[in-house]
Amino acid sequence: MEAFLHQIFSGLAAGGIYASVALALVMIYTATHHINFAQGEMAMFATFIGWALIEWGGLNFWVAFLLTIVIAFCGGFAIERIVLRPLHDKPVLSIIIAFIGLLVIFNALAGWIFGFTIKAFPSPFPTSPPFGNRFLNWHEIGTVGITVVVLLLLFAFFRLTPLGLAMRAAAFNPESARLVGIRVGLMLALGWGLAAAIGSVAGMLVAHVVYLDPNMMAGILLYGFASALLGGIDNPGGAVVGGFIVGVAENVLGAYVIGTELKLSVALVLIIGVLLVKPAGLFGRRIVTRV
Amino acid sequence: MTTSEATAPAAPVAKKGPNAIGITIFVLLLFALPLLLPVVLPLLGGIITLKPNFMIFQLTLVIIYAIAILGLNIVTGYNGQFSLGHGAFYAIGAYTAAILMDKLDCPYWLTIPISGVVCLVVGFLFGLPALRLQGHYLALATFALALAVPQLLKYNHIEWLTGGVQGIVIIKPDPPFGIKAINADQWLYYLALVVACIMFWLAINLIRGRLGRAMIAIRDHPIAAEVMGINLTVVKSMAFGISAAYTGVAGALGAIAIAFVAPDSFTIFLSISFLVGLVIGGLASISGAIYGGIFIQFIPNVADAISKAAPWAIYGLFLIAAVYVMPTGAAGLIKQWQAKRRAAKQ
Repeated sequence: MEAFLHQIFSGLAAGGIYASVALALVMIYTATHHINFAQGEMAMFATFIGWALIEWGGLNFWVAFLLTIVIAFCGGFAIERIVLRPLHDKPVLSIIIAFIGLLVIFNALAGWIFGFTIKAFPSPFPTSPPFGNRFLNWHEIGTVGITVVVLLLLFAFFRLTPLGLAMRAAAFNPESARLVGIRVGLMLALGWGLAAAIGSVAGMLVAHVVYLDPNMMAGILLYGFASALLGGIDNPGGAVVGGFIVGVAENVLGAYVIGTELKLSVALVLIIGVLLVKPAGLFGRRIVTRV
Repeated sequence: MTTSEATAPAAPVAKKGPNAIGITIFVLLLFALPLLLPVVLPLLGGIITLKPNFMIFQLTLVIIYAIAILGLNIVTGYNGQFSLGHGAFYAIGAYTAAILMDKLDCPYWLTIPISGVVCLVVGFLFGLPALRLQGHYLALATFALALAVPQLLKYNHIEWLTGGVQGIVIIKPDPPFGIKAINADQWLYYLALVVACIMFWLAINLIRGRLGRAMIAIRDHPIAAEVMGINLTVVKSMAFGISAAYTGVAGALGAIAIAFVAPDSFTIFLSISFLVGLVIGGLASISGAIYGGIFIQFIPNVADAISKAAPWAIYGLFLIAAVYVMPTGAAGLIKQWQAKRRAAKQ
């Protein structure tokens, strides 16, 4: 029973990561209707920056953590402005190609600058088992805690601040938002910045578990996709719930049914399954196009 | 709908059939190349220090990549569906060939059509459900497929078949009928070239035929195409299947040429290479596949001299730059240049 509980809890910890990645994807999707294939590599690169700040810069973990989030935010903002802004009226294929281009560039740059050797990423949490319970560890508890804090902050930001309201308006109805004086382009760039920042949090939390290397996010991104689709790609709350469901399901199934070897294939099956059975996801809106 | 902007040919060039004489000369030149290289290379006086055989091998790979990119072009360029997962079909083709040769002692030439058929079926079946998805979703599903394939190939319950992480070593075929005039590398080059000629000829006819026109109609306006009586599901799945078959044939040839398959040769980056070749070569262009093949074979060699990661950084930059400055790829640029020259003459 305790082993089972542990699987559930590890699942929640992993689910927190997936939920963050899914949330980052959903933020960009709701604003631009594009799925950001480079999200994982952006997070990976940000994590490398965090690693460099700690290892090369000798900073304290939390200082580096916050600094990385700020850098990731600026990076995401800049990418939207420089790379994607000029493409906003181009066909979908061009934009997917640009995303793949970004994916490849970040992957190559990380390998070029930091090397391809696998690195350990420190955890800010104590290693001793909490509450004398050997089935839990502090890093998992910390991961869930940080994820929940991030989600609450975001919720508060979007619900309670004028800027959050402006961003929601820009995503919901760009034309009307522009008419009431909101700078829609700027809001999009801010959304990208926020998505990159959330991704970097996920990257820094997961790097301790999967170790840091330029390809570390591939599987996590796939699970992020699966979570976002499961929850409904246009619903931030749904994406978070989807992330936790996928995390728990993955861990329990992995431990008792299929083993860990086929993790990516499980994500593939999940993605295709959701798209076939319920394309709008659990909490998404069905999109009907008028012809 | 909007996809047609990117995928339609660049300029409304005056209608004219493909230059038959030019193509014949080009193909003859390709056939003569293995015999010319040993003569020409010494004349260049050490500018190219590669051994003729190695150059032949590289050219074989160019041809193989061109076939794969042609396959991707059929589904993405002509049918307007995004696939980020064609590396998976390349892997299936390669593994089919390798397993047939390794376990069943199947003659190597027979594995090529078999791989094509296997990929046709797999592509069609994957296509049937996936094609209900549009745009981003199909890209997403195929992206997931490409990521999952290396892991599936390593799966230990099928290790007896796939050789697990170790992969399968196969024997490089010798020229048939005991011909001594050409060596194994030259023979493989000819094999790939003949297969490529057949595949390109088929593709040209496919695109001009009923199915090809239906595919293009679906790309340009799915609703109008459906109203005109085109069965969207069947045509889209067929396009996906045929495209997968092309890539599978290329995979089988690749396995025979390299004489080795292993899961880690078929990562997501293989699929991305094909996409790079497609975009740089030219969307919805038959000849673009050749430029794309040349690009993905030779640019990494050049860039490798700078750093291990450099080829991919350069690929990425080229991808993004291509979206901005040459959405129709190399083939589009050449077409524009030809049209300009023709206009100047008149």
